[in-house]
Amino acid sequence: MRLILISLLAMCLAAVVGVGITWMTATKGTDLGTLRIGAWTARPKTGTADIDPYSRATIVRNGELPIGTGDGVAFTATTDDSKKPLDGRCDVVVSGVTPAARFWTLTLYDGRGHLVANALQRYGFTSQEIVRGADGGFEIRLASRSRAGNWLPTGGLERYVLMLRLYDTPVGVATRTQRDAPMPAIATVGCP
Amino acid sequence: MIRLLYTIVAGVLLGLVVHLVSVLALPRIATQDAYSRLTPLTELNAVTALPPAEPGNALMPFMDPAFATAICRYDLSGGAIKLAVPVSQAYTSVSFYTRNEIAYYAINDRSAGRKVIELDLMTEAQHNDLPEDEEITAADRLIIDSPTTTGLIVMKALAAEPGLMPQAQASLAAASCKLQTDAPPKQAKR
Repeated sequence: MRLILISLLAMCLAAVVGVGITWMTATKGTDLGTLRIGAWTARPKTGTADIDPYSRATIVRNGELPIGTGDGVAFTATTDDSKKPLDGRCDVVVSGVTPAARFWTLTLYDGRGHLVANALQRYGFTSQEIVRGADGGFEIRLASRSRAGNWLPTGGLERYVLMLRLYDTPVGVATRTQRDAPMPAIATVGCP
Repeated sequence: MIRLLYTIVAGVLLGLVVHLVSVLALPRIATQDAYSRLTPLTELNAVTALPPAEPGNALMPFMDPAFATAICRYDLSGGAIKLAVPVSQAYTSVSFYTRNEIAYYAINDRSAGRKVIELDLMTEAQHNDLPEDEEITAADRLIIDSPTTTGLIVMKALAAEPGLMPQAQASLAAASCKLQTDAPPKQAKR
């Protein structure tokens, strides 16, 4: 009787621990093969056949299609450069330069990967439609109210995700540092 | 007391096994993966244009709204697939995914180097069955081996500005993805 009780306890514990860790890694993701540059993170291996089991589980669970390596690479940011979470009620500036790529797009999503509705129907910028300074650098302002220049509406969301996708780019599995891939800076410049 | 401690240790160790098994099994048991989501919307072995990504229709998370997208859901059990995607003005890419969303191959218009991206998609067995002389004439055609018999081909065309979206969609509308119907010459020789 006691043996049954004890093995039952062990199995319950096993189920809770096992499924719990799986759920956590599938929702939050792991650091396996993650490339970190400033506030930006990318997992270039998710676009290859060498994808790790944890990224596979996350992708399948979310129902996304990862961007293939021959196509490009996707960087995401959930915080600014000083690790402050991106807040849609604040003014956030994304500025500087991007790594070499034929095209890039910067898109704003909510935490679940959906686009954020706004009257302008502007969900992001492509490298071609952006207004640049004389030196080729750019500045994108993310705010809930309209701003001059490159304004990306946040819809006043409390938390959002930025995704910078580089298309036809040498950035990928071999990239390690900021020098290989100069990513734009993200700074929170003012909160109401 | 010591027995309880053993139980907890055994439970945690067993839990790690459960974790590993469930992570590896998740791609096979998931029902809301991209392939399953696209199955009711797409035709088999044909090109289906997807509606543009908008806040209202979240078909898949993290879709790029700057792209027009078309899907060819393929099944190679009936033979190889011929794919032709005309290149749009800005940027066009074709990505291949297995049934379980492994991106095993992707090509863009520049690496294809032509006005039309032309590919033959087949399983490894079908590739091995190709007659050798065919291989020479097929040298200018790119042959891709699919690791699984079913999967997804995702064609994307960039609209560099929102106003160019109709053009990007039009160039994808001219794409074709169909079973190779002509009988291989191997049979004629016998």
